[in-house]
Amino acid sequence: MNIDYSQELPVVEGRLSLREIDDLIARPMDEKPNKKYFLALSFTLSLMSIGAVSVALTLYYGIGMWGNNQPVGWAFDIVNFVFWVGIGHAGTLISAILFLLRQKWRTGIARFAEAMTIFAVMCAAIFPVLHTGRMWVAVVYLLPYPNQHGLWVNFTSPLIWDVFAVSTYFTVSLVFWYVGLIPDFATLRDRTASKIKKVIYSVFSLGWRHSHRNWQHYEKSYMLLAGFATPLVLSVHTIVSFDFAVSILPGWHTTIFPPYFVAGAIFSGFAMVVTVLIFVRKVFDLENIITINHLEKMNKVILATGMMVGYAYGMEFFIAWYSGNPVEQFAFINRAFGPYAWAYWIMVSCNVIFPQFFWVKKIRRSVPLMLIIAIFVNIGMWFERFVITVTSLHRDFLPSSWGYYTPTLVDFGVLIGSFGLFFTLVLLFTKTLPVVSISEVKAVADGAQPSHHGGDH
Amino acid sequence: MEQQKKVFGLAALFDSPDSIIKAAKTVTDKGYKNFDVHTPYPVHGMDKAMKLPPSKLGYVTLTFGLTGAAIALLFMYWTMSVDYPMIIGGKPFFAFPAFIPVTFEVTVLLATLSTVIGMITFFFYYPDNSHPIHDTNYMKSVSIDKFGVCIEATDSKYNEEEISKLFADLGAKSTEIIYFAEKVDRKIFEPKFITLLIVTASIVSGVAYIHLNKILYLPPFDWMMEQSRVNVQSMSSFFNDNFGMRTPVKGTVARGFLPYEFAGVNEPSSPLANPFFPSKENLVLGEKKYNTFCSPCHGNFGDGDSRLNGQFPLPPSLHTTKAREWQDGNLYHIIVNGQNVMPSYASQLNIEERWAIVNYIRVLQRAKNASDADIQEIKKESVKNVSR
Repeated sequence: MNIDYSQELPVVEGRLSLREIDDLIARPMDEKPNKKYFLALSFTLSLMSIGAVSVALTLYYGIGMWGNNQPVGWAFDIVNFVFWVGIGHAGTLISAILFLLRQKWRTGIARFAEAMTIFAVMCAAIFPVLHTGRMWVAVVYLLPYPNQHGLWVNFTSPLIWDVFAVSTYFTVSLVFWYVGLIPDFATLRDRTASKIKKVIYSVFSLGWRHSHRNWQHYEKSYMLLAGFATPLVLSVHTIVSFDFAVSILPGWHTTIFPPYFVAGAIFSGFAMVVTVLIFVRKVFDLENIITINHLEKMNKVILATGMMVGYAYGMEFFIAWYSGNPVEQFAFINRAFGPYAWAYWIMVSCNVIFPQFFWVKKIRRSVPLMLIIAIFVNIGMWFERFVITVTSLHRDFLPSSWGYYTPTLVDFGVLIGSFGLFFTLVLLFTKTLPVVSISEVKAVADGAQPSHHGGDH
Repeated sequence: MEQQKKVFGLAALFDSPDSIIKAAKTVTDKGYKNFDVHTPYPVHGMDKAMKLPPSKLGYVTLTFGLTGAAIALLFMYWTMSVDYPMIIGGKPFFAFPAFIPVTFEVTVLLATLSTVIGMITFFFYYPDNSHPIHDTNYMKSVSIDKFGVCIEATDSKYNEEEISKLFADLGAKSTEIIYFAEKVDRKIFEPKFITLLIVTASIVSGVAYIHLNKILYLPPFDWMMEQSRVNVQSMSSFFNDNFGMRTPVKGTVARGFLPYEFAGVNEPSSPLANPFFPSKENLVLGEKKYNTFCSPCHGNFGDGDSRLNGQFPLPPSLHTTKAREWQDGNLYHIIVNGQNVMPSYASQLNIEERWAIVNYIRVLQRAKNASDADIQEIKKESVKNVSR
């Protein structure tokens, strides 16, 4: 089949020249932050300080400040951890998988999504570390280091796989992000007039010269990193799902968990990216680089992964019935009609019903509507983790030990604080680093690449 | 001044990706080797135009990725199967399927880090902010929207006029001679730098001091050392005698120890029987304990020739008739109970060690008072030892 690539939609709209792209992307860094920026920053910092107080209380008095107790030993801490790790998945998916699939439209949103990955994983890391109780010694028993009895960490436990997966994911995402930033630092270095900025950009650009002898290795390395990041991103949420699936608790012990978790992670991650990008493109006038086409494509991904998640919800019930295991059947009936039915139905309506509106093209391309749906998806995906974790634990095999979990104020405080940290980092990022990859966007602009005959015409 | 500047190379700027591809092709075809093309983003087809061999970066990734996999697997094998084998969940010691996640993660980690670090250091020789091309108009143009080619002076075919003409023919927008920067001598011991060093050192050491000496002793960071419980040998107002530490209830028997039934009795008439056979190990233990605890007073061979002679009342010889005719239990009784100025050794010696000393004293007594039959026996033994 002959596809006429000349008919492809332009990735960068408005026929911007290369210099205009530079100016547009670098403008937030050149201008002094305005009042609105400080207003937003003070809001997120307030959220963060609520979190700081809650964390201080947790550290001083111990994790008894949280609501989790027998039989619900895992609650907000694990729910929030899985939620944030999930948010982080969109970034690597956009930067790595879409790169391998040669999706040019990724260039406009990749940098931002990668940054969100890093920030989200940082937010996620707070929770398991706090959950260990005395986090200042957690380093000793999270790493493969023998204790005073010469006993090593249990390498057959999904919890230690988690430590390896999340820390590797964070490191690789950070490296991937930095490698993408090197040429942009060089560009910023060469256009800035400020002496201090020049020193900073020079240090981080490592002396990049835009030399093609470097570009050649650089492109190769980018492909290798993308090749590794792709299975990595799939492995991370797979391993997070193993935390549940490897146990024998009904409601957790299911083989559908790994793909279901990965789909859910991409679903929630894309929703978060859409939510934040809507504001970023508006505030920084990046509508020509992060176009409505980008948002529409992301909404299509949200629709697709939302249906995968919906399929998983249905399949869980089918397998519970089909297995003929009464305990398993009870776990799922209890999930939908038990004391936590409210959480279950919030999850189903937000994750399965609301994304269905994206079948309509007008809604897919309407900014306010997609914002509402994306926020609903975020809420729904948080409740998904809540439902999985709490409803499975609160009524297990032994009716005498059943209970009902209610979070405390400190629980909510840490959650609010994690959102504060996330948005603070996002705000700082928008003012200090190029939110869009300059060199990548230039490379996909109209007329940026030589015509097919290599300039011989 | 101008003449002393060393030339790095001659550079030309072009406007479009098509023209830079053409320029790169021509420069390569003319046989120039030391040249480089600078573009704000990677231009497709440039590898072919410059006739660059494929990047060998993949080999670094492969090598370190495989190394990562091997290290992870071997490490988990060693910890879980060799160093501290333990059965967990009925899995084998080398539970390969359960080792896959960590192996995979370490592979990815090592492969990516080695790729990036290898690329930056060994492929690019970065960081290099002192390259002559920096801060030139040429660099500032190719960084944004121009496409440049630069032929270096080290090329064997370098000739300024020829190259200028070549660039002009190719339609270059502008050409620029790039010079090496003049060397600036920066002294190491500048006051500014020294101040920076001192400030850094004092901040780092201050933070370390406060952390290690103050913060670590604050709750809850003090490893739960301070708790609201009674510590041994500390005061407690809870008890009448203000002692935190309590004595055991009367009649409490420690685990593994039987009370000695003749405690405080002088020369019991029917003492305990010796439960230990004077085996070689038992005698070796007895000798060791005798030399440690008994010999300072009783002498190395039980003669009562104390090393503390003159400073202490003379202890009795162990070779008196009385001592030789005593039952084992009597000797044991004196070790446990003490006699005259000799204190009890019950706290220093456990039951086996006490009986071992008794057995060793018996050996000393027999050696010092050997009968003819004993001497015959010893002679036989020594002949055997010599012939062997």
